Amino acid sequence: MENSLNLAAVTFDGVLALVLLVLAWQLLRSPNLFKAIVLFISFGLMLSLAWVRLKAVDIALAEAAIGAGLTGALFLTALDRLQRNNQKAGDSLISQPGKVIAGISVLALTCILGWTVWTLPPFSNQMLALVSSNMPISGVENPVTAVLLNFRGYDTLLEIGVLLLAAVGVLAVTPSAVMVADSAPSPILILLLRLLLPFIILVSGYILWIGKYAPGGAFQAGAVLAAGGILLATAAVRFNLSASKALPLATGIGLLIFLLVALATMMLRGNYLQYPVAQAGTLILVIEAAATLSIAAVLVLLFVGLKSDADCPVPGEDSKNFIFEEENTIK
Amino acid sequence: MTIPLLYALVGVVLLGMGLYSLVMYSHLVRKILALNVSGAGVFLFLVAAADRTSGPLPDPVPHAMVLTGIVVAVSATALALALTCRIHQVSGTTQLTDNEPD
Repeated sequence: MENSLNLAAVTFDGVLALVLLVLAWQLLRSPNLFKAIVLFISFGLMLSLAWVRLKAVDIALAEAAIGAGLTGALFLTALDRLQRNNQKAGDSLISQPGKVIAGISVLALTCILGWTVWTLPPFSNQMLALVSSNMPISGVENPVTAVLLNFRGYDTLLEIGVLLLAAVGVLAVTPSAVMVADSAPSPILILLLRLLLPFIILVSGYILWIGKYAPGGAFQAGAVLAAGGILLATAAVRFNLSASKALPLATGIGLLIFLLVALATMMLRGNYLQYPVAQAGTLILVIEAAATLSIAAVLVLLFVGLKSDADCPVPGEDSKNFIFEEENTIK
Repeated sequence: MTIPLLYALVGVVLLGMGLYSLVMYSHLVRKILALNVSGAGVFLFLVAAADRTSGPLPDPVPHAMVLTGIVVAVSATALALALTCRIHQVSGTTQLTDNEPD
């Protein structure tokens, strides 16, 4: 498409491409890991601009929430845990000959891939035509949602399964399921939480609903909801995962509903995940609502699991999940 | 040179930079960061390739793949970081022992 010949747009793309490369170079080479992670977060934000330029608004939304926000929070949490014991971050490089071999191999691979990309045919319309011609029977109007939840619903089903597996994996290697904060949460955080949480839930519901017609859907809604959950978890003085009943339930519900729909369609229509055309929209919304809850729950669980630390003192057994320091809250 | 081609090439270079760092550094958190940069490069290529349609609409299939990929990448990153923390707790190092230079 030669529609972007306008000078300002070309300059913007050129600068953005350069910024992406420089940020990536800096973050990979930075001797300070904290700085590297902060650079990674800004890299994610710049990348979401690139998604918008490539007309991928769905991905831009997900990248801003997950790629930049959540991944950064996970990295910072892990770094905090690793450096708590004041351990030197051993960071030896590979030997000199190894370095040369690695450099040459990667350079060769990059050149071959670059050449392949350069010689790609300029247009490719088959898949778009296929999706467009099947949009009327998909039950939704946003083509990305149609691909995710209808045409390639099987992939999304497996993906929800992968999320669940990752959560189980993180819990399996986490020695204690109790997250204890170092200090009482800041009153500013609690005030912010009170103001922000209702809006986060509202925005998440809106993104879920609008996914039928426009960019949005379960992934973005789940990520926004997870941000709220993580804020809530950071404000808690102590969070006991094993005492929580709602979180495991929410973690599993997405896969459960998805599987039930898959089995029902198989029994009624003979084909796995082939929705009846009239009910497709409703079924997709039901699956997406459950998936939103599960995605959010898994992401919160990953964060809390990573933050839980066996070295922390565990206060007396208390069945309450969240304990806020009441005297610190702003009236 | 078109805009999608520019971003696709940036994606390829990001993949190369990530791979190089992945083998260069032994610190596990650095390796996970490098993998994430490589992954971003692959995503960028896929989405740029999706913008090669002759109409105004991009191809939604790679978009759906990348959306799925981003969510899988964050869960894999969390699992890798949890394993790194566990390795650190058990062995006191942040690298794999047979990775040490001779």
